[in-house]
Amino acid sequence: MAGALRQVEDLHLVNLTKKFGDAAAVDDLTLTIAAGSFFALLGASGCGKTTTLRMVAGLEDPTAGTISIGAKDITNLRAFQRPVNTVFQSYALFPHLDIFENVAFGLRRRGIKDVKTPVNQMLELVELSAMARRKPTQLSGGQQQRVAVARALINEPDVLLLDEPLGALDLKLRRQMQIELKRIQNEVGTTFVHVTHDQEEAMTMADTVAIMNAGRIEQMGNPATIYELPKTVFVANFLGQSNLITGAAQGRSGDDILVSAHGQTYVVPAARSTAPGVAVIVGVRPEKITVLDAVDGHRAPDAHNKIAGRVTDVSYAGVSTQYLVRTPWDQELTVFEQNVIVGDRCSVGDEVLLHWATEHTFGLDGAQDVHAGVLPEVLDLEATASALESRGA
Amino acid sequence: MSPILVAEPAKPVVVAQRRSRTGYILLFPGMTWLAIFFAIPFITLFMTSLQQPVPGKIGKYQAGFELSNYANAMVEYWPQFLRSFVYAGIATLLALIIAYPLAYFIAMKGGRWRPLLLVLVIAPSFASFLLRTYAWRTILSDEGPITSFFNALHLLPDDRILNTGIAVVAGLTYNFLPFMILPLYAALEKIDPRLIEAASDLYASATTTFRKVTWPLSLPGVVAGTLLTFIPAAGDYINAELLGSTKDRMIGNVIQTNFIEFRDYPTASALSFVLMAVILVMVFTYIRRAGTEELV
Repeated sequence: MAGALRQVEDLHLVNLTKKFGDAAAVDDLTLTIAAGSFFALLGASGCGKTTTLRMVAGLEDPTAGTISIGAKDITNLRAFQRPVNTVFQSYALFPHLDIFENVAFGLRRRGIKDVKTPVNQMLELVELSAMARRKPTQLSGGQQQRVAVARALINEPDVLLLDEPLGALDLKLRRQMQIELKRIQNEVGTTFVHVTHDQEEAMTMADTVAIMNAGRIEQMGNPATIYELPKTVFVANFLGQSNLITGAAQGRSGDDILVSAHGQTYVVPAARSTAPGVAVIVGVRPEKITVLDAVDGHRAPDAHNKIAGRVTDVSYAGVSTQYLVRTPWDQELTVFEQNVIVGDRCSVGDEVLLHWATEHTFGLDGAQDVHAGVLPEVLDLEATASALESRGA
Repeated sequence: MSPILVAEPAKPVVVAQRRSRTGYILLFPGMTWLAIFFAIPFITLFMTSLQQPVPGKIGKYQAGFELSNYANAMVEYWPQFLRSFVYAGIATLLALIIAYPLAYFIAMKGGRWRPLLLVLVIAPSFASFLLRTYAWRTILSDEGPITSFFNALHLLPDDRILNTGIAVVAGLTYNFLPFMILPLYAALEKIDPRLIEAASDLYASATTTFRKVTWPLSLPGVVAGTLLTFIPAAGDYINAELLGSTKDRMIGNVIQTNFIEFRDYPTASALSFVLMAVILVMVFTYIRRAGTEELV
């Protein structure tokens, strides 16, 4: 019940597979979700994250593999027999029942006679006591969302599944609900498994994020760790943005790998590289890069990685400024700079020098497509832009 | 008041007037239709129901205020009244039992076949109502397979189906079934499948899910379907005429005979009025109860 932390157990998915026809929506997924953690499954639509969630809920039968909580195998239990509850996308509140009865639904089905006390407590937890006798349609989106959470949580599930629970809310409300959900999770101590395509949501809320792609987990871990050190191109592009430069390893220098690309050498710490062979993709996050006017280029520390280029676009966004910088080999790099500089910023057409600390550099296997994980819409836009440009030239 | 202030609001008022006039113009055909084909006949019928016979002339009546027409009609024909409501009630119930699973199947499992299945539901209506009812005479005939089958099991009290109440109820059920299926389908089709999933996620078995979620959410369809079946069935006379014996006459038959054969217009009108009144009262009670959660 609310307030008291309960003893919960780990959720284990072992070799979980779901095929629709020949296509595997979830492909041999093995995963342990620690008891009491806030776990986010992050991925683009169609990556298998919702299917995974539905299999845990019992709403979809796995083609192969097992699901267990602690030592108890629940793979063959029906949805209504599992100690798992779901907060559905768009909530699925029962329109013919009032808020109180919606929340009481699970308790009543389990034959619990005195539902009044727990339901009122739960409504208090989600701050909806005043709405108990309203119908779902009389509530705002955010309130309905909280009812959905209350209706699931009141059953004290071992695992609470959240299927894009904030997708229908506008941005401001979503931020508020993220904090709210996090507070509720801290209070009840239940394992939360949260499915989302919103990377910011996953990073701010979850203790552990698993990034899914094509039915498999690309990378899993603490959000900061994944962000700072992506291990695949997909992760580098999908979680935030990355500048990726294709190159070839030339050798080592102490703990660093020297990678040459486009006639220049970059230093990549060996510990931060997942490239097995010679082909290496050198990566750096846009906010790690500093922009210097070319004439001030000598001020860049010698140990830093450097690229010269020309500014093609400057967009001021309050907190930071985004620069697009074209390299001599015609690649466009993105730089975010905090707006802490007094005086002139660079402007379009300026020759600049980009530099960043080698500790911020990561290396990826060069056998991958450098566009993996970039949203198709973005790729389309880039293609259109370059087509327009070449026509103008 | 300055003239400018007076002149200012003039334009919006004209627009508003024009808009409301458009409303009346659009209402006109419908209202005229209602006046000519409902309100006037309704009043004429009511006046006829109070007429008294012209002494010495059979089948001639004059204006009057014979409330006894009502009392006499009820005393004489209450069994047919009762039978009408019993037959219509049984037919409605049977139609509900048959239609619900069918509508459920089409709505929930029909997939891309849904439009075709719905056409199949309505398809028989392309043939005339009379013709289909005649066809039932053949289907239920004494030597027909259905009668033989039930006779072999010794299930029929009169050893026959045709010309019994069973045939009348069967005919009513069959003829009004689409009016039950369509509103049920419309209600079931609107149910979000995620609500069913949510119920099973919240520990409801399939039966409980049906009882607590699907059924209550389909109630608007149940109410509409039962009304659309019961009302015409209660006033129907074709089925009793073609499929029943003289012992199975419904109130529709009585009204028809009184009008056409006996030319007892006041009695027939009085019966029509009572039928209407009784149905109205029943419908209102029903809807009011259905509106609350008593039916759940």
